[in-house]
Amino acid sequence: MSTAVVFFEVEILDAKTKEKLCFLDKVRNKLQRILYLPVPDPQWYPARQSIRLDPKGKSLKDEDVLQHLPVGTTATFYFRDLGAQISWVTVFLTEYTGPLVIYLLFYFRVPFIYAPKYDFTTSKHWVVHLACMCHSFHYMKRLLETLFVHRFSHGTMPLRNIFKNCTYYWGFAAWMAYYINHPLYTPPIYGEQQIRLALILFLFCQIGNFSIHIALRNLRPPGSKTRKIPYPTKNPFTWIFLLVSCPNYTYELGSWLGFTLMTQCLPVAFFTLVGFIQMTVWAKGKHRSYLKEFRDYPPLRSPIIPFIL
Amino acid sequence: MSAAAQGTSKAAHGDVAPKKKKGPGALATAYLVIYNVVMTAGWLVIAVGLVRAYVARGSYHGLYYSIEKPLKFFQTGALLEVLSRVFLTWAVTHSVREVQSEDSVLLFVTAWTVTEIIRYSFYTFSLLNHLPYLIKWARYTFFILLYPMGVTGELLTIYAALPYVQKTGLYSVTLPNKYNFSFDYYTFLILIMISYIPRKSIGRLHFPLQKSAIRKTGYTG
Repeated sequence: MSTAVVFFEVEILDAKTKEKLCFLDKVRNKLQRILYLPVPDPQWYPARQSIRLDPKGKSLKDEDVLQHLPVGTTATFYFRDLGAQISWVTVFLTEYTGPLVIYLLFYFRVPFIYAPKYDFTTSKHWVVHLACMCHSFHYMKRLLETLFVHRFSHGTMPLRNIFKNCTYYWGFAAWMAYYINHPLYTPPIYGEQQIRLALILFLFCQIGNFSIHIALRNLRPPGSKTRKIPYPTKNPFTWIFLLVSCPNYTYELGSWLGFTLMTQCLPVAFFTLVGFIQMTVWAKGKHRSYLKEFRDYPPLRSPIIPFIL
Repeated sequence: MSAAAQGTSKAAHGDVAPKKKKGPGALATAYLVIYNVVMTAGWLVIAVGLVRAYVARGSYHGLYYSIEKPLKFFQTGALLEVLSRVFLTWAVTHSVREVQSEDSVLLFVTAWTVTEIIRYSFYTFSLLNHLPYLIKWARYTFFILLYPMGVTGELLTIYAALPYVQKTGLYSVTLPNKYNFSFDYYTFLILIMISYIPRKSIGRLHFPLQKSAIRKTGYTG
């Protein structure tokens, strides 16, 4: 049997009801093939299909090879419908374009936001113009990174996420922009000093964040989904990898702290706080999976804040 | 055959026109006992639902799913109810003196008081486990009466507070200020009142949903 091709028989059961959905014989090695074969409901396109060895277990990947899975020649898999899916790229583009446009509506004081006498006027405070440039720059950077820099592990996410995410980003953008561009806006107490410091912090962290994104991208060859431990590169902005697992989040926090300081606006502080909480949760999760996956993971690193968090 | 999931705040209350002519003391006590038992049974129902599902499937897998929806539903509802009560007590009734003499306050306070008597008596008598059909019927009927009563009292109280809040600018922050932030408590209260529509209509479904959840898990008491 040494040179014979190995065929598998595969049965697929519904993970919840255990009902047999389909039975396939003469299946060759890779799992991928199964995803493209007809399951009872044709609207269950591949991105929606979660195939697992155990009903409560993790999803198997497209690249998984039947021969290397702990199954006999008759393999039983469980199917779970993940619900309508949408591509990550689509979600990112939508959720980032919103804030960009919305902020500008407030900046230009489009009618029906403030009192009519202020329509299409501009703020007399130069920090307000600076803030608009920073905010716009930030979201344009995110859009460009989504298109040209990021390499996503998963193609899709559940459709309902786009509503949730857009509400968050768009809602906060409107809330912040309303106050910063308000006719009664009060500039920072410590004036130019405060604004200058804030701007330096903001720019430093934007460059840092971008550097990390590039470094992460370079870890992963095009089209692949491999995961490696990130290390500092020649770029000094990446040296923070010595102390932190997810410096992209660290820099992101720094950017928003800078923006908060620059605008001295409570809603911005609130947005920074909420973002910080969410990113900490993500960073801790990522840190944990690094530790699980790599025996030799550098022990000095913290998830998001050096030595602290 | 009870329909309670847990000692939630908007549970049916005891002070409703009795079917039998008894002295108020004995009547109140009787209803108290009944509702206590019903509350206990509610939790037992979920527990029994889990056990039956385990026995039927032979494993722990999916147990949670058999009671997941009703549990999440009522749990969240209960939390919101608690928060809304704290809000009404401190942020409305306590803060706006002029409102404290309104009849509407008496309305919701009565509704809440009876609920709490029932709920804490329930915890005290939680070892009881006798559930005639009458109880299920009585509890459902009282709920129909007392839930709108409590909601009406709350809404009227908030409404009564509005003019004073607007006049005094209570809890409100206006521009300009150095934090570049504003908050209009008056508008906030109006939004709260509007939110009663979805929140309370979901709460109103509390018991009917419990009943259908019980039916689905096959609990026959």
